[in-house]
Amino acid sequence: MLAALGFRLGQMVLVMFGISIVAFLIFFATPGADPSARIAGRNASQETLLQVRHDFGLDRPLPVQYGLMMNRLFISRDLTSFVNRGQLVVPTVTEAIPVTLSLVGGAAVLWVLGGLVVGVIAGATRGSFVDRALMILSLVGVSVPVFWLGEVANLLTQSRWHDTWLFSWVPPLGYVPLTEDPWGWFKALIIPWFTLATLYVGLYGRVLRASLIEMMQEDFIRTARAKGIGERRVLLHHGLRTSLVAFVTMFGLDFGALVGGGALLTEVVFGLQGVGKLTYEALQTLDLPMILATVIYAAFFVVMANFIVDVVFVFIDPRARDVR
Amino acid sequence: MNAVPRERPLLRASDLSKRYHVGRSIFPAQRRTVHAVDTISLDIWPGETLGIVGESGCGKSTLGRCLVRLTEISSGSLEFEGRDITDASQRQLRPLRRQMQMVFQDPSASLNPRRRIGDLLADPFRIHERLSAGEMADRVAELLRRVDLSPEHASRYPHEFSGGQRQRIGIARALALRPRLIVADEPVSALDVSIQAQIVNLLADLREAFNLTYVFIAHDLSVVRQISTRVAVMYLGSIVESGPTDLVFAAPAHHYTAALRSAVPVPSVDRERRQRLVLKGDLPSPMNPPSGCRFHTRCPAATSLCRSERPLLQSVGDGRLVACHHPLGG
Amino acid sequence: MSADAPLLVVEDLTVSFRGDEGLVQAVGGVSFTVKQREIVGVVGESGSGKSQTLLAIMGLIDSPRAVVSGSIRFMGQELIGLNRRALDAIRGRQIAMIFQDPMSALTPVHTIGNQIGEQVRAHEKVSARAARARAVQLLDAVGIANPGRVVDGYPHQLSGGMRQRAVIAMALSCNPVLLVADEPTTALDVTVQAQILELIGRLRDEFGSAVILVTHDLGVVAEVADQVLVMYGGRIVEEGGKGSVFRTPLHPYTWGLFGSIAPMEGERPARLAAIPGAPPSLSNLPTGCAFGPRCAYHHDDCLVRPPLVGAGGHRAACVLPETKRRHLKIQKAAGLEMQQ
Repeated sequence: MLAALGFRLGQMVLVMFGISIVAFLIFFATPGADPSARIAGRNASQETLLQVRHDFGLDRPLPVQYGLMMNRLFISRDLTSFVNRGQLVVPTVTEAIPVTLSLVGGAAVLWVLGGLVVGVIAGATRGSFVDRALMILSLVGVSVPVFWLGEVANLLTQSRWHDTWLFSWVPPLGYVPLTEDPWGWFKALIIPWFTLATLYVGLYGRVLRASLIEMMQEDFIRTARAKGIGERRVLLHHGLRTSLVAFVTMFGLDFGALVGGGALLTEVVFGLQGVGKLTYEALQTLDLPMILATVIYAAFFVVMANFIVDVVFVFIDPRARDVR
Repeated sequence: MNAVPRERPLLRASDLSKRYHVGRSIFPAQRRTVHAVDTISLDIWPGETLGIVGESGCGKSTLGRCLVRLTEISSGSLEFEGRDITDASQRQLRPLRRQMQMVFQDPSASLNPRRRIGDLLADPFRIHERLSAGEMADRVAELLRRVDLSPEHASRYPHEFSGGQRQRIGIARALALRPRLIVADEPVSALDVSIQAQIVNLLADLREAFNLTYVFIAHDLSVVRQISTRVAVMYLGSIVESGPTDLVFAAPAHHYTAALRSAVPVPSVDRERRQRLVLKGDLPSPMNPPSGCRFHTRCPAATSLCRSERPLLQSVGDGRLVACHHPLGG
Repeated sequence: MSADAPLLVVEDLTVSFRGDEGLVQAVGGVSFTVKQREIVGVVGESGSGKSQTLLAIMGLIDSPRAVVSGSIRFMGQELIGLNRRALDAIRGRQIAMIFQDPMSALTPVHTIGNQIGEQVRAHEKVSARAARARAVQLLDAVGIANPGRVVDGYPHQLSGGMRQRAVIAMALSCNPVLLVADEPTTALDVTVQAQILELIGRLRDEFGSAVILVTHDLGVVAEVADQVLVMYGGRIVEEGGKGSVFRTPLHPYTWGLFGSIAPMEGERPARLAAIPGAPPSLSNLPTGCAFGPRCAYHHDDCLVRPPLVGAGGHRAACVLPETKRRHLKIQKAAGLEMQQ
């Protein structure tokens, strides 16, 4: 088992390296554009441009530029955003990470639980009214655009019904750090959590249902039934447990993508300064250092999330443990 | 069976091996090699039916595919009618495909479900001969009749046929270009017993009608006995015994053959209960074959010689070969 | 229960499925008895209904389109229509089942010990540790080497033969009086098959179980069975003691089955006496005798479904007059092929 984990860790490092190179090349090696102009931002003075060229070593060979950039990003962490007049990029990104993690993490808890419940009930009562109702609701959840849902939620909780007992506790839009005020943190995130989770509960519920129904046709389910252990145990201990493999794989991909900035729509709607929102803003102003930093940090978290999923995978599927 | 003037073998395999590398480790030491087919030398004479028997993992299916070069050979050589075809490219092999054909085990898996069978059967003609549409239709109709199907069936799809009928179609396809050699890989294993008998009869009839040479690969000893003139027994990638079918099954020389033979349940209550030769242990992993004689871990007659030295196939008279240090029957 | 009382009495069991074109009958009125410590071999090919019969006994037919009627009395209790809880109390404890393909019979994500222990603890009040100890004992009893290690291992780590043994061990974990086996050795190599059959033969003596063994292989039946049932087209076409059925088979289908088998010794027939045609499609069963269209001796009386006729416990569903049958048996013995 250790070999399996070690193997995956090695893979992760390699992927990270590869991503950093590709990201770097995209920004610094696309022919026909001058990176210094882009880094310096619009309307940069000649001096700024010269300084940029010097700082980033743009007249030096590519591998050196790569090395310099990586150094600024990870080691000295003094990469500055010219567009935003000297804003230190790296700390800004590192401050945004907990926001995204809080949002996605909480939503993930909700959607995993929700998905499990929906999937198992629908799968177990296949063909019944309950099943059909759940599937319709899931479809609605999947189809509703998250930004629309978010705005509607805001409309209701922040203005229309804000004064009623239902939503008077909802704080103004924005993030409250966990370390400062845990209860405030929680209150600020509840509505965003449910908004983000809605799409995924629908998706995972449907996937789990399909996976469960297929799994229940397998031979080993018939064996389990023949043992007289009761249908509920057959469903959960044998059917669900084996279906988790597909569920976990999908979860890893989605979670990783969201953490990497995919939750940007939700973040923007709810005014949460997460990695997604940061990337969005940087793209609007074409703030190259910021973009570069968010892309690489985001990629890091995606790879990390996938790695964690791989690890969990090794625990839940014994067949994955024997890496030859 | 004997005293026939020896012509040239139709197909000759010399030291044929097929190796698979297993494992994704970057450490070479951890990569294992499976010797699916381990230096097998084999002659197939015109007109005979060579049965190849063995249990799962013995490599018989891999050997069958190597013989018609459907699977690439790792080492050794292959000669068809005296010509070396070991390294021939796929293009060079094309004309040879008319002469060597294969029938597969699963009739459902080997027929394209989206094509009508008349279409499927016309493929060999399309590829190898220049015939008009009318001529092709005639040839297809003739093929169908040969395998006891009606020419009207040409317009149907595979799923409209039973398993036995699909296997007949597979055989028809192999026959299309009048090959000299047909390698049949477990052609009846997936069929009901009563249908198996029909197909075995059909194969025997076709052999007569078309002067075919068969390599018949199966795990069912009684079927192999019925149709084969000669038989080779495989274990973990090597041939452990070969010879005329009747002799090998009536008086096995290799202990594995004897155990295999005694394990076959006989559908009769009157025979004296043959003493069942029980093999101890399980089949060793092909990635980690035992030293010396591969069979020694399960053989009731194993000695220290068997553990250290691998026996070669040696003649014991009557056209029989055995790879054993202490063969049965002296 | 007295030693003579039958263990299982199946009467007129019918299993049908509601299809698009009406009712498809998989099992059409099957009746038989299994006594204590008896081994019953059920022989048939695809579509004979042998597997559905077993599944009906275990209550494992859960398709909503299935219609099961008739009577299955186990130790006096009617199983058809029994509520789920009562069925679960019997399944795994008094009647156990093993299936054909050992490769997919066990749940891949739980250990062998876990799966055996689960069955034990579902029916008896034992601790987890005691259940595990029992699992080790059982694995040993079925001839698995290193039971202490295998019990904590996973199914994918075992070979086919070992897995089937583990499945048998699991089935025996609560000492069932009846073991139902659906082609338990078909997917195994012949040497492994011999070992498993020997184990099944021992079950009667060592565990006191009766066994219903479904197979397509007459050799397997000859090895282990006491009673033989031959099924075709969802019906029993011949039944009797093994010796009787093998020495003097009564039904033309049984003759056909014997004729289809290539002999392992003695003279090789020039051609196998194969039965022409193919097993019937269940949605299109012939009127009268299901075997009629393929039978060389088909005549007008066969258009009415034949009852089981015979004496001394050996009966066949065939209306061939006895004199003609004797004549045909001699023909058969002379190895003449069935002519159409």
